[in-house]
Amino acid sequence: MTGLTHLTMAAALDGLAKKEFTAVELTEAHVKAVETIRPLNAFITETPEQALTMAKASDARRAKGEAGPMEGLPIAVKDLFCTKGVPTTAASHILDGFKPEYESTVTSNLWRDGAVMLGKVNLDEFAMGSANITSHHGNVISPWSPGEVGNWSRQLVPGGSSGGSAAAVAARAALGATGTDTGGSIRQPAAFTGIVGIKPTYGRCSRWGVVAFASSLDQAGPMTRTVEDAAIMLRSMCGFDPKDSTSVDMAVPDFRTALTGDIRGLKVGIPKEYRVEGMPAEIAAIWDQGIAWLKEAGAEPVEISLPHTKYALATYYIVAPAEASSNLARYDGLRYGLRVEGASLKDMYENTRGAGFGKEVRRRILIGTYVLSAGYYDAYYNKARQVRTRIKWDFDEAFKQCDVILTPTAPSTAFAIGEKMDDPIQMYLNDVFTVPASLAGLPGMSVPAGVGSDGLPLGLQLLGRPFDEETVLRVGQVIEKAAAVTATPPFMA
Amino acid sequence: MSLDKATVAKIAHLARIKVPDDELDHLAGELSQILTFVEQLGEVDTQDVPPMTSVAAQTLRRRKDEVTDGGYRDAVLSNGPETAEGFYVVPKVVE
Repeated sequence: MTGLTHLTMAAALDGLAKKEFTAVELTEAHVKAVETIRPLNAFITETPEQALTMAKASDARRAKGEAGPMEGLPIAVKDLFCTKGVPTTAASHILDGFKPEYESTVTSNLWRDGAVMLGKVNLDEFAMGSANITSHHGNVISPWSPGEVGNWSRQLVPGGSSGGSAAAVAARAALGATGTDTGGSIRQPAAFTGIVGIKPTYGRCSRWGVVAFASSLDQAGPMTRTVEDAAIMLRSMCGFDPKDSTSVDMAVPDFRTALTGDIRGLKVGIPKEYRVEGMPAEIAAIWDQGIAWLKEAGAEPVEISLPHTKYALATYYIVAPAEASSNLARYDGLRYGLRVEGASLKDMYENTRGAGFGKEVRRRILIGTYVLSAGYYDAYYNKARQVRTRIKWDFDEAFKQCDVILTPTAPSTAFAIGEKMDDPIQMYLNDVFTVPASLAGLPGMSVPAGVGSDGLPLGLQLLGRPFDEETVLRVGQVIEKAAAVTATPPFMA
Repeated sequence: MSLDKATVAKIAHLARIKVPDDELDHLAGELSQILTFVEQLGEVDTQDVPPMTSVAAQTLRRRKDEVTDGGYRDAVLSNGPETAEGFYVVPKVVE
């Protein structure tokens, strides 16, 4: 029943409710699909037995009339979420052998609502990267790569850091996947692989049990094939958690009811500073097309200004490494993961961390250590936090004139492995459109909007006011319907 | 901003990461490039701008100072690379 893996979550829920198939059948089809897409290296750990056990329990709950909002839906989990008894690697050598004794709040919420876990998916090491090329467990290949499977003429990146999540969902091996977004790690891979990805407002999803990268920026969110599916999965992931001090105690709306299609009179902000110099013509064109679609649907585009946009990346590349250098101090060779012996305790620390961290992670820890060190703290770290305040103020001002903001998600379509690798700054530029909203803690979503001249997906990004995911989703679905993208990856399960 | 090899070695030591000598030069180049890139922040007027401490306009919640959880010694130790008799084992730190 290969058709089952091509369903949306909404259609799968419908089919399950009408008893057209069972959760076990749906899961079996996906377990097979996970095997089929192995050449993409999307999964680090497959959990087929656990998936079938969960699916059986799901069918039993449904038979008793206790079906949850995601009952029986097979999903993939980014290997940054702690899952009890299942290896959790953060794609790093330093977490070798780590099996959490507890379950993250977000995954607990998903299982509570009936979802089924297919396995743990690949990512950039500690979520640091924009191409999924820094994983200790190898690169993820995009299912959009041209040529014969396994012998591609160009190995395209799926984006990052949630590259395994994006590849698994785009290749129809999972109905959805969890992602995390620190500077664009949900939205950019969603754009590169032609799927939907939403990072909710900071504080919506609990960070408890998610391996920390930069705690003031990290947010979990769903990656799915439709906006409606994103609404379904986001609702299950969100919720107040006393175990996360920044979790917000606020009711979680049924995001699906926000998808009315009615955006008449809505003001859509178009930030002039996002028309960056050298923006490829097709990126500018899809953005203009997006503006036109929203106008046709009755919304009113308004030009807005976010004057500190050009400083967002520099701010991010101080704040995020600073927090990372502090968060990653916990990998000491004592409590979990890798340990490389040394003559003294200090030698053991240095040997373990020298061997355990990859080059990008090492680079960021060193930058973070430097900007936090005595004599540089004010000049770098405090300065960056002040600029971050000004970036937030820009958005506060902009949202006095508009209800939602429309921008491109990424400055290009997916590139190939080997490109942009020599210069860290070039790689960082991938996040130029996604980082500002991360710094301001705002909800942001990427929606498929078309394909470029190379036939690869292009995404548009919507940003909303804090805790107004509903408007973001509603406008996103209008774009999704207007774009009606039919292109699919050449390789699908 | 340009970092020399000695500074990179010092930062690596502060971060407790062993970096082989033959990688220090290359790393110094990369780190200098990133620091040069972030120096553009100097252009921004931040006079009287408070440094951001939280994106969410909320004060941290408080709770009663009482034990609410615990008693998981074995679970806590279960992932330790080397443990004995209910403790983590570390290289000798006192003579």
